Amino acid sequence: MLNILNPTDSTSRYTTNIDGGSHWSVLVRRGVNLRLTDLEGGANVGMMFYNPVWLSERYNAPDTLKCQHTFKLTQGNCLYSDMGRIFCSIIEDSFGWHETMCGNAHAQHVSKKWGGRDYQSDRNAWQQNGYDSFLVELAKYGLDRTAMVANVNWFSEVSADDNGNLKLTRQSKAGDAVTLRFEMDTLVVLHTCPHPMNSEATYPKKPIRLEMFKGEPVTEQDECLNHCAENRRGFENNALYLLGA
Amino acid sequence: MIKHSDKKIENAAATATVAAGDYYLAEIKAGQTFRIVDLEGNQAADTLFYCADDPTERYSAMDTIREQGNLYLTAGTVLKTNANNSMLEIVADTCGRHDTVGGACATESNTVRYDLEKRCMHACRDSWMLAIQENEEYGLDKNDIAHNINFFMNVPVTKEGGLTFEDGISAPGKYVELKALVDVIVLISNCPQLNNPCNGYNPTPIEVVVWD
Ligand SMILES: [Zn+2]
Repeated sequence: MLNILNPTDSTSRYTTNIDGGSHWSVLVRRGVNLRLTDLEGGANVGMMFYNPVWLSERYNAPDTLKCQHTFKLTQGNCLYSDMGRIFCSIIEDSFGWHETMCGNAHAQHVSKKWGGRDYQSDRNAWQQNGYDSFLVELAKYGLDRTAMVANVNWFSEVSADDNGNLKLTRQSKAGDAVTLRFEMDTLVVLHTCPHPMNSEATYPKKPIRLEMFKGEPVTEQDECLNHCAENRRGFENNALYLLGA
Repeated sequence: MIKHSDKKIENAAATATVAAGDYYLAEIKAGQTFRIVDLEGNQAADTLFYCADDPTERYSAMDTIREQGNLYLTAGTVLKTNANNSMLEIVADTCGRHDTVGGACATESNTVRYDLEKRCMHACRDSWMLAIQENEEYGLDKNDIAHNINFFMNVPVTKEGGLTFEDGISAPGKYVELKALVDVIVLISNCPQLNNPCNGYNPTPIEVVVWD
């Protein structure tokens, strides 16, 4: 049997592991869930979201945060586009605080902390950075660096003190997982490179598991729908977008 | 950090008043200083910067936040580009804190934040869209309309990860002053927001002053 999600079979599931320091992109259809699991602890997954129909519609971190009055992302939150629509909802989260304001490490950060990126010596264990990873994936869809707005960093908690000073305060443990339910067709671009504020002694090359499976329909009791009045209006915008579909 | 400027208006190379709901688009040369004045108080100036030589390199909120390890902008903050290069430095600030987390108002986000029927109310992103349509010579398109600075806005983040919109800490005549480190294009939407109590539901003009 193919290891590919069969949307007509509710028990079907696509599973793959992605090494640390890697990047990938995949089109996730509406109604499909995507679960990320930190396999060893200390993973970071940088992620961006685009509308495959109009690639200029993309994840908007400010709109996502301010409409839900939150700085952290966790279960119950929805991820919004700049067009007032919901790409996906966080329906399960064992970690509790994912950040979306610190962006990606650039090559200069990685080489300063851990030494340069050397494919000839290190092969696929090279010390890749999140910024270049996104650039590579975006180019596949005709997008350039102007498409790279604030991304989510799953499994990385960054908090602020009263004066706004930021710290990477916590990272996930082995087995921590987050599940996203997609509310519209979405191009997902991701990398598994270290969080830009990670200061470990050696380059953290942390694998994740990625699963896709058919989601349950959104019910009137849904936690994300009922999280705040704003989310209900976001779902209404999606319903308008999907009119007739 | 409160830091006053010793620059005098009579020595300015250019001044402009930007009405509420209008945009300002101009090039500022490396070495020039650029001041935004909150004329009547509690106004938000939603601002984007681009490198004049290549506008695909532009102000990046996340690079700026990460490099200074702090969420708020004030005197001493160096604004970074999406290539993590230094772009402008805030050299004076009589307000003390400016926001770059909260983004700009848009007709689309207004439907979510306030009411589905608010979709036709004028918003900052509309001002930017008009600016790029009316000024093709800059070569900007919707992909360039990114995560901005809200000068004079106060959006505190709590230790617990909450986000609140507080009343402005600005007041009539408060200003922020930036020195351009490279040639930059500045694009401001003087916010027309009529839904947010922060400005007392009363959008007001700002003044822009440039010194050589
Ligand atoms: Zn606005």
